[in-house]
Amino acid sequence: MTFDWKWDFVWEIAPRLAAATLNTLLAAGSGYAIALLLGLALALGQRTRWPALTFVLRETLEFVRSTPLVLQIFFIFYVGPQVGITLSPWVAGMMAIGLHYSAYLSEVYRAGIESVPKGQWEACRALNMTTRDTYARIVLPQAVPQAIPGMGNYLVGIFKDTPMLSVIGVTELMQTANAIGSETYRFLEPYTLVGVIFLALSLPTAGLVRLLERVLRRKLGM
Amino acid sequence: MWDFLQTYGGRIAEGTAVTGAQFGLATAVALLAALAAGLGRLSDHWPVRAAATTYVEIFRGTSLLVQLYWIFYVLPLFGISLPKFTAGFLSVGLNVGAYGAEIVRGSILSVPRGQWEAAYALSMSPLKRMRRIILPQAFVLMLPPWGNLLIELLKGTALVALIGVADLMFVAKQINGSTFLSAEAFGTALVIYYLLARVLITPAMRRLERSMARRLGRA
Amino acid sequence: MELSAYPLELPPDDRPMVRFMNVTKSYGSLVVLDDLNLDIQRGEMVSVIGPSGSGKTTVLRMLMTLESINGGVIYIDGKPLTHMERKGVLVPADEAHLRRMRASIGMCFQHFNLFPHMTALQNCMEGPVQVLGLSKAEARDRSEELLKMVGMIDKKDQHPSRLSGGQQQRVAIARALAMRPRIMLFDEVTSALDPEVIGEVTEVIRRLVAEHDLTMLMVTHQMGFARDISDRICFFYKGKIEEQAAPEQFFTNPQRERTQQFLRAVKDAD
Ligand SMILES: Nc1ncnc2c1ncn2[C@@H]1O[C@H](COP(=O)(O)OP(=O)(O)OP(=O)(O)O)[C@@H](O)[C@H]1O
Ligand SMILES: [Mg+2]
Repeated sequence: MTFDWKWDFVWEIAPRLAAATLNTLLAAGSGYAIALLLGLALALGQRTRWPALTFVLRETLEFVRSTPLVLQIFFIFYVGPQVGITLSPWVAGMMAIGLHYSAYLSEVYRAGIESVPKGQWEACRALNMTTRDTYARIVLPQAVPQAIPGMGNYLVGIFKDTPMLSVIGVTELMQTANAIGSETYRFLEPYTLVGVIFLALSLPTAGLVRLLERVLRRKLGM
Repeated sequence: MWDFLQTYGGRIAEGTAVTGAQFGLATAVALLAALAAGLGRLSDHWPVRAAATTYVEIFRGTSLLVQLYWIFYVLPLFGISLPKFTAGFLSVGLNVGAYGAEIVRGSILSVPRGQWEAAYALSMSPLKRMRRIILPQAFVLMLPPWGNLLIELLKGTALVALIGVADLMFVAKQINGSTFLSAEAFGTALVIYYLLARVLITPAMRRLERSMARRLGRA
Repeated sequence: MELSAYPLELPPDDRPMVRFMNVTKSYGSLVVLDDLNLDIQRGEMVSVIGPSGSGKTTVLRMLMTLESINGGVIYIDGKPLTHMERKGVLVPADEAHLRRMRASIGMCFQHFNLFPHMTALQNCMEGPVQVLGLSKAEARDRSEELLKMVGMIDKKDQHPSRLSGGQQQRVAIARALAMRPRIMLFDEVTSALDPEVIGEVTEVIRRLVAEHDLTMLMVTHQMGFARDISDRICFFYKGKIEEQAAPEQFFTNPQRERTQQFLRAVKDAD
């Protein structure tokens, strides 16, 4: 058995893994920001007066949700240059993650918006509010707390999917662990540490999301 | 596009077959793991509960790709060397099984209290109660969320390409590497994954849901 | 009747506050309002009563433009509500026209529909600030005055979830009034309330009738209340007005068989 855990080696690679952790968090954060905004736009886009737009968006999002993220990452990274847009691994990766998760988040928003009672819309109409104000001031403030659990789950989901960015060379945790492994021929420590880091970050995040949900609900008086 | 399919169709079909095999085997692993861990988390014995919870938290708390690499590259250091094909479906199955365990647990808990009590009143043994009364009802509740989970599982199998299993994803990458026909290679793969998900898995699950509901006299 | 047959505007000497002219509404094959003609004069309080499903709510919702119109024209102060003039004929109105027309109408709902994430005061200020463009200070003054009027000033900083049904409904009335509508619609505003708080809401409406010159249309199941405060009772039956009269006349000497049946049934239920 060649199992021998070396603590000196752990300390040696710790700084690199720490830096990579920051990159992972950055990737997850920016991917999430894109997904949150794009997801909202896609959810609202399905509620316009044009049924054709709704149909196209729904089917496209269904497609995005049904196909592997890793393949979408490759697709965007390699097909971009073919149509004249050369994307850095970071940009391509963020676009892929943002798009993939916006498809999920649009569903979360949609469910949140649909959970707002019809009477709220009618009250806005009776007060002669614009559609924009109705969404911005009445519907979304009620829909978002409903959506928080789902939004939180997908934050954790994005975080756990960032290792896929290693396939196009984004230097997040997985890529760094791979690099360390191929330089030193030691896989035990880097891969295990990556697992531990993920565990240590995603478990508390899940707890935090639950807490945030409670606080928000209370603050909005619901 | 037509030329592309004529030239590479055979290899793509082979890759798709490997993806199908990975999907089937990983599903079997996931079902077993989910059932064991889901029931384990409801066990009266704390070591069983602890083991099941540890499994679920570790596999849900880390990434599939990390798990895959760990099982393929690190497990051999513990004397467990798995061929890449096995490491592939095992990782995917165990990962999805951890999510499935929560579905199993949740649906068992949502079988109405009265059913448990009725079984108890018939003085059934706990095992029999679970197998004959609770699980069949829980099974119907589980099916819709499992439908979504199986799509996630299919998507998860694409990662086994990264340890060298020659699945659909792997073939697409290879063709891209040798021909730079990126849009065709990856695009075809995307469409095939979509069709597998929406033309095979989803309708099959729907049919299963309907037939299960009928068997339990709910349709 | 073709849309082109309707006047673009009503003549100055024949301008009720509200006029339904041959209005039809159907959901699929179900005809809910059947060729309805109804005038409501300035400052008049009209109560709409009738069996469930007779189309009472639909009348109010069409006035509030919450429902589309399938036939006929509704005029508000002589101007078409859901139609506008184009090339000399009436065509379905655009959103800008609807918004202009809606400004003169306010509505209170059976289930209050207060905004749960805002306090009572914020609920009242929302419309004046966002829609009418009042300054916060002006809107606050106006809202506080109305909350005082409905007896809710000491609860102005509470969220709806902390208020009883009767209190919520009074806030909802203040919220609608804050928009200074000329027409107020009440759809069974006491139906969702516990019996002991119905009085506090009817009291507010009573004061509105006495002290303001609003035109009001009220759907209610409270016959006594309707009789007390209305200028006229409209009895709906299957999407048509079966009978309408001044309250005394209506309740003491109903003319139609169906009205008599309905009134007997309501009395028995009490
Ligand atoms: N959105 C809708 N779709 C289909 N049918 C509807 C819709 N809204 C109302 N209806 C039907 O229209 C008819 C009239 O409804 P309306 O709500 O106006 O009755 P109402 O007189 O207010 O009754 P209630 O006393 O029960 O409130 C009913 O038969 C109702 O089922
Ligand atoms: Mg009604």
